[in-house]
Amino acid sequence: MAAFMTNKKTRQVYHNVLTNFLFVLPAVVIFAIFYIYPFYETFNLSLHEWNGISVDKYFVGLDNFKDLLRDKVWWSSLWHAAYITLFALTFQNILAFSLAVACDREIRMKNFYRVIFFIPPVLSEVVVGLIWRWILEANVQGGQQVGLLNHFLYTIGLNHLVNDWLSDPKTALTCIAIVHSWKGFGWGFVMFLAGLQTIDRQLYEAARVDGASPWGIFFNITIPMMVPVILVVVILTILGSMQVFILVMSMVGQGLVYYTDVPVTRILSAMHLTRQYGYACSMGVMFGLILISLSFAMKQISARMKQV
Amino acid sequence: MKRGLIIVLFLLSLAAPSCSLQKPSDDTVVIWHWMTDRHDVFERLAAEYEQQTGGKVDFQLYAPSDIYSQKVVAAAQAGILPDIYGVLDPKRVFADFIQSGYIADLSDEFKQNNGAWAKTFFPKALAVNRFEENNFYNIPPGIYGVPIDVTNIQMLYNKELLRIAGIQHPPATFDEFLEVINALNRVGISGLVSGWGELWMVNCFALNYAMNIMGEDKVVNTYRGEVPYTDADWIKVFRVFETLAKKKALIVGIVTKINKYAEQDFALERAAFAFNGSWCVNVYHEMNPDLDYGVMLPPRVNLERPMSIWGGAGSSFVVNKSSAHKQQAIAFLKWLTAEKQQSFLSRETRNLPANRFAAGSIPDILSDFAQGMAYATHPTILPLEEDGLVRERFDKGLQAIVIGEKTPEQLARELQELKVRQMARQHRKDGR
Repeated sequence: MAAFMTNKKTRQVYHNVLTNFLFVLPAVVIFAIFYIYPFYETFNLSLHEWNGISVDKYFVGLDNFKDLLRDKVWWSSLWHAAYITLFALTFQNILAFSLAVACDREIRMKNFYRVIFFIPPVLSEVVVGLIWRWILEANVQGGQQVGLLNHFLYTIGLNHLVNDWLSDPKTALTCIAIVHSWKGFGWGFVMFLAGLQTIDRQLYEAARVDGASPWGIFFNITIPMMVPVILVVVILTILGSMQVFILVMSMVGQGLVYYTDVPVTRILSAMHLTRQYGYACSMGVMFGLILISLSFAMKQISARMKQV
Repeated sequence: MKRGLIIVLFLLSLAAPSCSLQKPSDDTVVIWHWMTDRHDVFERLAAEYEQQTGGKVDFQLYAPSDIYSQKVVAAAQAGILPDIYGVLDPKRVFADFIQSGYIADLSDEFKQNNGAWAKTFFPKALAVNRFEENNFYNIPPGIYGVPIDVTNIQMLYNKELLRIAGIQHPPATFDEFLEVINALNRVGISGLVSGWGELWMVNCFALNYAMNIMGEDKVVNTYRGEVPYTDADWIKVFRVFETLAKKKALIVGIVTKINKYAEQDFALERAAFAFNGSWCVNVYHEMNPDLDYGVMLPPRVNLERPMSIWGGAGSSFVVNKSSAHKQQAIAFLKWLTAEKQQSFLSRETRNLPANRFAAGSIPDILSDFAQGMAYATHPTILPLEEDGLVRERFDKGLQAIVIGEKTPEQLARELQELKVRQMARQHRKDGR
């Protein structure tokens, strides 16, 4: 009898485990098809020389990665993405945080401002790129500046500042970084605002009763309570800015020489301009590893800060 | 009961994401194309074809062209190419498509009835789709594509803006062109606009001058690695760009301008000259129907050689070798390239027809473009083409010269170093 009961129990356990696996299996299959297999195939291709069409692929081992380490254009494209990211991490997030703090207070029309600040992120990147391209346009027609910015500078007498913003290596990348930050600050704003609203108001009131100054409240209550949200925004900003692409294409076409190239445009060039699929995949693998490392590092920092 | 429900749910969850898109009915010839300006006309032609023959054709538009190109490559990799499509990439890629068995050899069709079908085309339109005996790509000789229109890329001049600058005739030589630029600068009119933010446009302009300065053989020998980029003639080609930039002959921001913006600039009379293809007739007509302009060959640097321009088949269709409707697809392409349909296409879309018998009824400005076909050449009809990476550095290097970041000599040195590296790499690959 006891043996029968044990057998039945074991069968029941197996049945439960199998049922659980059956439920998970569709997700595992989808994940394997759309994530694991493509990643494996990308890595596999990165070890080959292939033009994307031909049936023949030549195994080259780690040659593509060796070439990549020596490819100055690739490293400069990474630096360009890092520059855009640093710009976004500072100016974009400071702006987003400041506006979120302002809208968290009891000010008039705060809902209106919330909607206004969230408009840039919901606009298409292509549309944003084209609008800013028009603003930064440097052409002259009939003695008049066509671009809005140059027209404005000319009108207020700052003729010496009129510039060909997107075709000047000194300004093109910064223009892209500014537009990227302008487009992206709304996301940070919404997340910061949501974070600010979770802070218990009684903490502020207690601090005020104790005679804390507004700056003291800000640095000793708001900032420490917002650390988890700030870290999430920082990680998302890094991942989003490193992968900036559509904005670059819509503002400067296939790029101003190599001055505005970012990793994704390099990968695209290798695939569709020079037909080096294997090399493009090696770029993809390296870029992926960089992003994973950055995310992992940020996660570690986040965990340590939470402990503190 | 419970177990049965679990199995049903499991199967449903597996089946849900694999639901595929609906395909057109089985007897329909599916065509993928990228020509946004011609889609409506194609659909009207498809309806007429069905009325006349009962054959069904479904034109599917995927644009812009670079995205279309990526879609075709991805479809080839996945084995889901349609019955008819176009390959927009360089000839090397076209050859790879043929070698991989994605494109049918249409030579027999062209040879039928003593070559009657082939004789209806402009010879240069067919040349782009032809592989000669012992070609560089080791493709069996034959014709692998059907041109549906002809195009060439020349310079255009705005008659009114030249008149304002006191210029009576468009310049024929590079020196005359620079004089015209001086006159335009004096009255505050921009000189040349082109979409040099698209690398192929810069490449096209540069190769025109390379052909004019050193001739086709020397260009091809450079690709073979027998002539270095540091050769004096190549420096002269790069110098053309430097001179244009220094003399302020180029519109501001030309190196980041895609061709659509460049077309807009010329149509809105922001520049006196444009470097653009014959498709622009339709584009300018839509943007500014009153634009008064003429067509000219790019002004020559070397007066002892003719000017070369890119030209030939503008758009071509190929037939999928594995298509279940191969014969229907070929029958439709024969119908589409017949005189009546070509005249209709040309009239409606303001493009040069591929059928030479349909060229009688085209507008004057297109006639002027058609005259340029005598000077037409194209990288795809050269015996071989330059390595992709060298070509990219070449085009980007020209952009760098225009913005004053490089000298012609610097670019020549850099290109030659890269060329040597790429050739060594190719030798290693051949050795494998």
